[in-house]
Parts: sequence; C-alpha cells; structure tokens
Amino acid sequence: MTQWIEIGALDEIPRLGSRVVRTPGGNIAVFRTESDEVFALDDRCPHKGGPLSQGIVHNKRVTCPLHNFVIELASGHAVAPDEGCTHTYPAKVENGTVWLALRQAAAVS
Amino acid sequence: MLDKVIKQKLVVIGNGMAGIRTVEALLERAPDLYDITVFGSEPYGNYNRILLSPVLAGEKTVDDIMLNTVDWYEDNNITLRKGETIAMIDRRTCEVVTEAGDRIPYDRLLIATGSNPIMLPLPGKDLPGVIGFRDIHDVDRMIKASTDYRNAVVIGGGLLGLEAANGLMKRGMNVTVVHLLDTLMERQLDPVAGGLLRKSLEERGMVFKMPAQTQAILGEDRVTGVRFGDGTELAADLVVMAVGIRPNFELARKAGLHCERGIVVSDTMQTYDGRIYAVGECVQHRRQTYGLVAPLFDQAKVCANHLAMKGFATYDGSVTSTKLKVTGIDLFSAGDFAPGPDKEEIVLQDANRGVYKRIILKDKKIVGAVLYGDTIDGPWYFQHLRDGTDVSHMRERLVFGAGNLGDGGVNGQSSVAAMSDETEICGCNGVCKGAIVKAISDKKLFTLDDVRAHTKASSSCGSCTGLVEQVLAFTLGGDYSAAPKVKPLCKCTDHSHDDVRRVIVEQQLKSIPAVMRFMEWKTLNGCHSCRPALNYYLLATWPGEYRDDQQSRFINERVHANIQKDGTYSVVPRMWGGVTTPGELRAIADVAEKFNIPTVKVTGGQRIDLLGVKKEDLPAVWADLNDAGMVSGHAYAKGLRTVKTCVGSEWCRFGTQDSTGLGIKLEKFMWGSWTPAKVKLAVSGCPRNCAEATCKDVGVVCVDSGFEIHFAGAAGLHIKGTEFLTKVETEDEALEVIVALTQLYREEGWYLERMYKWCDRVSLEQIRKRVVDDLKNRKALFERFAYSQQFSQSDPWADRASRGVDRNEFAPLAELELA
Repeated sequence: MTQWIEIGALDEIPRLGSRVVRTPGGNIAVFRTESDEVFALDDRCPHKGGPLSQGIVHNKRVTCPLHNFVIELASGHAVAPDEGCTHTYPAKVENGTVWLALRQAAAVS
Repeated sequence: MLDKVIKQKLVVIGNGMAGIRTVEALLERAPDLYDITVFGSEPYGNYNRILLSPVLAGEKTVDDIMLNTVDWYEDNNITLRKGETIAMIDRRTCEVVTEAGDRIPYDRLLIATGSNPIMLPLPGKDLPGVIGFRDIHDVDRMIKASTDYRNAVVIGGGLLGLEAANGLMKRGMNVTVVHLLDTLMERQLDPVAGGLLRKSLEERGMVFKMPAQTQAILGEDRVTGVRFGDGTELAADLVVMAVGIRPNFELARKAGLHCERGIVVSDTMQTYDGRIYAVGECVQHRRQTYGLVAPLFDQAKVCANHLAMKGFATYDGSVTSTKLKVTGIDLFSAGDFAPGPDKEEIVLQDANRGVYKRIILKDKKIVGAVLYGDTIDGPWYFQHLRDGTDVSHMRERLVFGAGNLGDGGVNGQSSVAAMSDETEICGCNGVCKGAIVKAISDKKLFTLDDVRAHTKASSSCGSCTGLVEQVLAFTLGGDYSAAPKVKPLCKCTDHSHDDVRRVIVEQQLKSIPAVMRFMEWKTLNGCHSCRPALNYYLLATWPGEYRDDQQSRFINERVHANIQKDGTYSVVPRMWGGVTTPGELRAIADVAEKFNIPTVKVTGGQRIDLLGVKKEDLPAVWADLNDAGMVSGHAYAKGLRTVKTCVGSEWCRFGTQDSTGLGIKLEKFMWGSWTPAKVKLAVSGCPRNCAEATCKDVGVVCVDSGFEIHFAGAAGLHIKGTEFLTKVETEDEALEVIVALTQLYREEGWYLERMYKWCDRVSLEQIRKRVVDDLKNRKALFERFAYSQQFSQSDPWADRASRGVDRNEFAPLAELELA
C-alpha cells in the first residue's frame, strides 16, 4: 500500500535543484524542475553510484556529477545511448508541501 | 488535438544521404511539425554512397553500408515511396507529380536529387558494357562483369575512377586507367604526389594510359574496345566512365527554378522559390558545387534548422578534404594547393619511405595540404586550415605533424592504422580501438559526437580526440564528417562560444534565461555543458550586476569543495604562495582528527588536501579552519588556483628576487577570480626554476635584472612549455602584466579552454600586442580585473560557515525512519 509522507516545503528545494531525504535504505534525491514539478529517485547513479542529488538539473533530467551520465527524472532511465536505471519513488506537491510515497517508511524525524 | 491534424506536408525528392540527413536533423529539432513523404528512385533505403568503392572492392557488403532501413522510416512515421520517380514539380498548385501520374501536395519541398555520372558523348557510349559509377546498380553490374569478362578500361583518373579501377582489379580484372591529363587526381594532388600514387598503383598491377583522349568506344552488340586520339586501340569488355559527376537538376530546371551548374540556393538552402529547399550534390551555393559528404551534412543541418522554423543558422560554404579509399594507399589532400606568388610551401620528401608532405601557407595560415604515404596528421592540418590558426610559432616543426608538437595522444602513439584492435585509445574510459571501430561500423556512426555518445571514448579529458577522429577517418575511409569548423557551444545551440560572448555584450543580456531566449536555445533549461558556460560568461561580463546562478554551477563550485568518487568531498585551505605556519598546521591537524578525515595529502600546488569529508560536515570544518585564519583555497574552481613558489632571495643562496613575496602578492590580488578554466601560477627565484614556472598557465622566472613573464604552459593532458611573454624590471610591472593577461583571458577565453589553448587559438603575437605593447590597453585590462575583484573576494567558506549562505545545501530535507 502506498503511504504518502510529508517531507517538507517545496520552497526548501531550489528550482532546478535537489535535496536529499535520508532513509535507512539510503538517500533519496528529491528534484524540483523549473515548473515546480517534483521527482524522487534513489540518490545513486546506475553507472558508478554517483550522488545524483549533486548534479545539474535541466528540464526533466539530471546529469550525474561524477561522469556526466544523464538520467530521466520521470523514469530513472539513463538517456540513450547510455544504459541503466535508477529506482524512482512517487512524489507530489500539494499546497506547497512535498509528499513522497514509500512502502515501509513511517516516522518522520 | 487540432494542431496535429493540420500538420504541414514536407515532400523530399531524393532518398540519398543529403535528403535523409536533413530529415534526421529536422526530426531532432521539430519531430511533429511535418507529415513527411520521401521519394527515391532506387529500390533501397538510404545507403552510404561514399562506401560504394569498398563494396566494389569486396571489403564491405551492401548491408554494411545501409544507413536507414525501411523500419527507420516506419518508426518515424515517414512515408517512403522507393522505386518511384518524380516527373514534374507543379509550383502553381504546390504538387509533385510522379511518373505514374500521382499528384502529391506539399507545403515545403526539399530537392535532394544528387548528381549523375558524366557520360562522355562518345560514339558507342550506349553500348552494353559501358557504365558509370554512381549507385548500387552500377556496382552490381561491375561485379557481374568481373566474373564474366577479363578486360576493363576506366576512363578518368580522378578519385572515383581510381577507386573503381582498384575495385575491379581486386575482382580479378585487367584494368587500364585512361586519363586526359598527365597527373592523376589533378584536382586534389600536385604532380609529385600524383606521380607517387601512380607508381604504387602500377606496382599493384594497374595500367595507365595518360595523357590520352578517348575518341570512340568500339563494338557492335557489346563493347569490345576503346580507340584513342592517337589512333591506338585497346581491347575492353567493360568500360567505366568516371570522369566526374554533374549535379542532377533537370527536375528543378523544368520547374522554372533558377539553376546554373546546380540548383542555386541561398545561405539558408532555399531556392528562388521560398517553399522549395535543396541540399547536397544537386545544389550550387556561392558558385560552388560539392561532391563530398562533409559539406552536405553541414547543409543538411542548416536546412533542417530552417524547416524547423528555427531560422538562425546559415551555411557559409565548406572547406573540404579528400582521402583516397584504396586500401594500403595513404593519400590526403585539403584546401587550395595551387602555387601562387603570395603562397609559401613547406615540403618534406622521403623517397625511400614513400612519404611526401606539402603544406601550403598564406598569411601565416595553412591554406592547403597534400600528404602521401603518411596521412596521420591529415585531420590535424585540416583542423588548423579550417580554424585559420596562425601557425607561425610552430612553423619549423609544422611539417612533422602534431605528434612532434607534443599533441600526439596516448603514449606518444599517433598512428591509428598501425594499432592493434586491443590498443587502448581512450585511457580515461578504457576504450580500445577495436571497440570504436565496431561501434562505428555496427551503429553507422559518422561524427566524433556519435562516437563519444556510444563508446565514451574522448568524452572525458578529450586528449584522445585526435586519435578518435583518426579512427573515424580510417574506418569510414576518410570522408567522414569532421567536426564543424565553428563548433557550437553544446548540443543545445548552434551558436559558438564567441557568438554567445559577443551577443551577451551587444544585447546587454544579463541572465541565463535571457541569453537562451534571445539566442533561441533548442532545449528548455540548457544542459550541464552550456549552463556553467553561460553562468561564467555573464559573471565575467557583468561583474557586480549579474547574480551568480548556483544551480548552473558544477557541484564543486556550488559547495566549494571537490566531490570524490564516493560522494564525499575534499577540502583544501589556501596557503598563500605555499607558505604556512605552525598554527595553521595545528588547526589542520585538529580538524582532521575532530571530523575523522581519513586522508591528509600534500598537493602538487603546495597545499594540504583533506580528503573524505562528509558533505554535512563541510560548514563546520570550514568554521574551524576560518577560526585559524584560513580561507578557501579554491582547489575546485575554474578560477585562480594556486601560486607555487620557491624560497627565492629570502633564503636561497642562488635567489635573485623575492619569489615567495611576489607569489603571495599575486595570490592576494588575484584570489577569488573566476576564469574560463583553472589558472595555476608559479614564481621561481632564479633560472634553476625550482617552482617549475615554465609549465604553468602563468609563470614568473626571476633573474638578476628583473622578472621574465611566461605563460600558456601545461603539464597535464598535454605537456607544453610556456611561451615567453615579456620581461619587466619591477614587481609592480610584473603584477600589472600578469593581471592584464588574466583579464584578457577572462574576456576572450571559451569556457573550459585552458590558457594554452586560448593562446593557440588567438596567437601569442595578438596577446602580446594587447597586454605588453599597448600600455593603455594593459592599464584598462588591469582596471577591469581590479573592479571585478571587489565583488569576488569574499571567502565562500566563511559565507557558508558563519553567515548562513546556502544553508539548505548542506542539510537533508528530511530524515525518515523505518516503522
């Protein structure tokens, strides 16, 4: 069952930027596009594990800071001809608040 | 949706490389703008016509050279009507009419009908067994003839003729090449190179009859021979006419479009009818017609831009190069090599090695090159030719090629042809020659960008770019599409770095979105290549006015530390001139222990590097370092990095000046400045040069009578000693010259272009003129640098450690726990 968790205000994520949500299973990068859409992905590039949250965001993509792999935020897929995929999580904005859906997570500290 | 229903109709006449390349480029730019219909009279998809010679020679198959299969047209919703010929263009009703009488309406029409082989109007030219050399059908007929017959005559000793002759010879025929003039390939070669070529082809068994004029083709039911102007005759079962090609513009001419030697087009590839475009071998642009692939690709790009209604690109003509596709013969020619009173020549001739090189210079620039036997440096000369580089500073070594100038590539190896498939070409990404060749062949790649995307070769440090281009040239047989003369800033735009910098100033553009809007960027927010470049250009152009866009900075410059492979960061505090104190060292030691920093390392630039710092610890680490009086060392910046010094006259018994003092002065004045790429300085106290100043971006070598200023050195990807700029008498003058030089580089350099590359591009002389000779200009440059420094000399660490800048950057948005 999908459980929506409130993770913070949209304003706290820079436009064309990202913030990290810490979970016991590793960091999740939450991205904000120019048009205020949000996307959540595992903060690991499928190439060599680079932290995607530290990359440059352009349109609905992010470029990994380590070796310039470009990842589609919506699907988590690397842009061809590169190959690989990062796990994505449902995310949404409601009244300026960002929500993330995780299967097992519960408490927010 | 309504706008989908009323898509415009684009009809393409010609299913060859030019037409389809245009369609591909159009789909990239505006995938949904048109309903596209392509007519091709040949019964195939689009194939690589350049590679017909290797097919004839049995080195490739027809499948190998297919570029777009029928599936590709389907996948892209393109209607392909192959095997159908257009009989007429009706401009009044905007329709094309097929031979069968079908009328197909168009909103835009693209003519890419290519060219036809010239068939000499000789008696007997229509006999069976007389053919041109232009398409797969011709190749099939030649292959068939080679199994049934023995003697072939090829009329024409140009590129096409020789490739046809070679192919037929490989298929076992006796081949005689008949040429009107006494030099083979006279349009590409001078007599010496033509002679060498003839000799090596003769050694392979080719026979030449030249100069000779063909008078008649003999035979009744089929060709039996050829008669020449001098009355002699030669037996032949197959005659290939390869005297040239003629743009195929009959259809356009009949439709009343203005044609001369080809369909006349403007710089936007439009014919005299604005709805009708033309590209490829059928066009005449600025009085030139082209028969090679590179110009045709350039044209396709411009035409696609226009069709996509992004009307800013123009085609300015192309400089072309040729390479003969005869395996085992290395021949390269480019540009203009006819002798002239204003031209100079550099010639290297080594008869025993079979090497001949002739470089033609005009106004200190390469205007032509003919290479025989050793063509490795062909692309390198060609690059300089197209860039119009001033080559006077390397003139004495020019003829020996790039390898001789320290620009050769991996381990000094520069001959791609001689490499085994296992040889590593790209050391950064571990890509071998074989992998690149395979990707080029399997995935039909044409350009350096294609190879980068598919193999990663040359996509990191770029030092193997020359080698990769050679592999491309070698695999495709030379006529690959070289990188364009004016390189676009990135894939998001067709504008060059220079264009962008100029327009920012002219149009007073003061934000990244403003630049992207005005210059019609093709992507929504640019990409990781253009955004940092634009951010730098705006920052350098409008100091104090432009607000630095953190989201357009690479992570290192955003968080003022260097990201490492595991996502941690390294921290390098500034040590002015490489001098430190016990107090600073103690503070560094304390910080390392307090934050469990795993590695402490001394750098090459005389600093101490703390590696493995967690991102969230950065502000606290900086706060402690700030407390001990240390600031950011900018080890992460495209900006002033380090000033390395020796101890100079203060301690050294050989020291002539206070090199340490000057180094500190330079660093205190220049720290915090952003530059196109990193800038490293060094000051040595005497010519023994212990600070290794002569391989830095800027280096000072102190001598008894003053200060020698050197610049444009490198000791990384490339090893390059500095150029001597000037000598001055006082420290103040040294500071002024170095600052002015750096400012000129800040104003003119392309983003990520190191100082030595910038110097190569604009020339030492030009720089010296403006920084050394023109005192007024030097002062003005200095003042502009000083003005911009008042906005950039705020310690970014202190800003973040104690003034709360970018607090969000270093803390997680939320922490979740398991239930």
